[in-house]
Amino acid sequence: MAKKIPQINASSMADISFLLLIFFLVTTSMDVNQGLARRLPAPIPPDQKVEDTDINKRNLMVVKINSANQLMVQGQLTDIKQLREKAKEFIANVNDDAYLPKLFEEDFGAPIGIIKYTKEHVISVQNDVDTQYQAYLDVQNELVAAYNELREECARKYFHKAYNELEEDQQKQIQKVYPQKISEAEPKNYGGN
Amino acid sequence: MAKIRRNDKREMPALNTSSLPDIIFMLLFFFMSVTSMKEVTYKVQFQTPQATELTKLEKKSLVRYIYVGTPTAEFRKQYGAETRIQLDDAFAEKSEIGEYIINERSSMKEQDQGLMTVSIKADKETRMGIIADIKQELRRAYALKISYAATQRTNY
Repeated sequence: MAKKIPQINASSMADISFLLLIFFLVTTSMDVNQGLARRLPAPIPPDQKVEDTDINKRNLMVVKINSANQLMVQGQLTDIKQLREKAKEFIANVNDDAYLPKLFEEDFGAPIGIIKYTKEHVISVQNDVDTQYQAYLDVQNELVAAYNELREECARKYFHKAYNELEEDQQKQIQKVYPQKISEAEPKNYGGN
Repeated sequence: MAKIRRNDKREMPALNTSSLPDIIFMLLFFFMSVTSMKEVTYKVQFQTPQATELTKLEKKSLVRYIYVGTPTAEFRKQYGAETRIQLDDAFAEKSEIGEYIINERSSMKEQDQGLMTVSIKADKETRMGIIADIKQELRRAYALKISYAATQRTNY
């Protein structure tokens, strides 16, 4: 006759798992790590001469932020809310304006085909030493948003889908049409302290 | 005739709690999967700025953090209220960033080294001077993939 195995008392199991649970609750943080992803330019070797990069004036959009967090776009005092529209207008140059970046024709492959795009446009962000981080990030955010909106429009137009639903190589195609070109100068003191 | 019997003497049956550990374990696993371990104890206090075009940082093992903010109350006396940089668990100078990045990178697997991301967690009140210095240091250390930590903006 087999011996009956006495049942193990598992009533303390709940306490143990409660302890573990509380430990994890205390040591972990709920917040997800997210942020505005950017890429820095590679450093210039010290022995290399700094070349004067010749950028045509019409291809350049200058965004300056002063120490009072005011914004100047192309020499005009601008509100942060208008920056996105202005940037979009600048990047796309739909009407081929003479003062907006020059358009180049290129074949981007099916289904986009041969379209015009502003190949050489550059957005230059310049900030003061005393500019607030939030103001700087606002500007960066609006510029990235402008690119994202244009890419989204492009995806809807040619692929009839949202940009994030596209395949990776399709996204790359669109990125070629709207390459992100945000350059950052070294901070200077523009005054206005 | 029915008779309501008062059974005061009968004991209440013991509640079966054998499934309680399972429930708690389920909760535990839920929390373990949705949360992340605290990276360090903060010696600086900061409130990240708000933005809308956020991307999630993938692969936590490839991310290194630089914290920028004013020292917390307990370190005020020692370090003052000036904005400071924190690397790992200690305050650091700007000049130490390059070395830190290179050390951290060399401890990674070789195929992962190019994918290292540096997340700058700075207070929104920080002046850009210090951020620009950090950026220059990162450029020199060839840590070109960066991310400005921010929280989702809910209202404009």
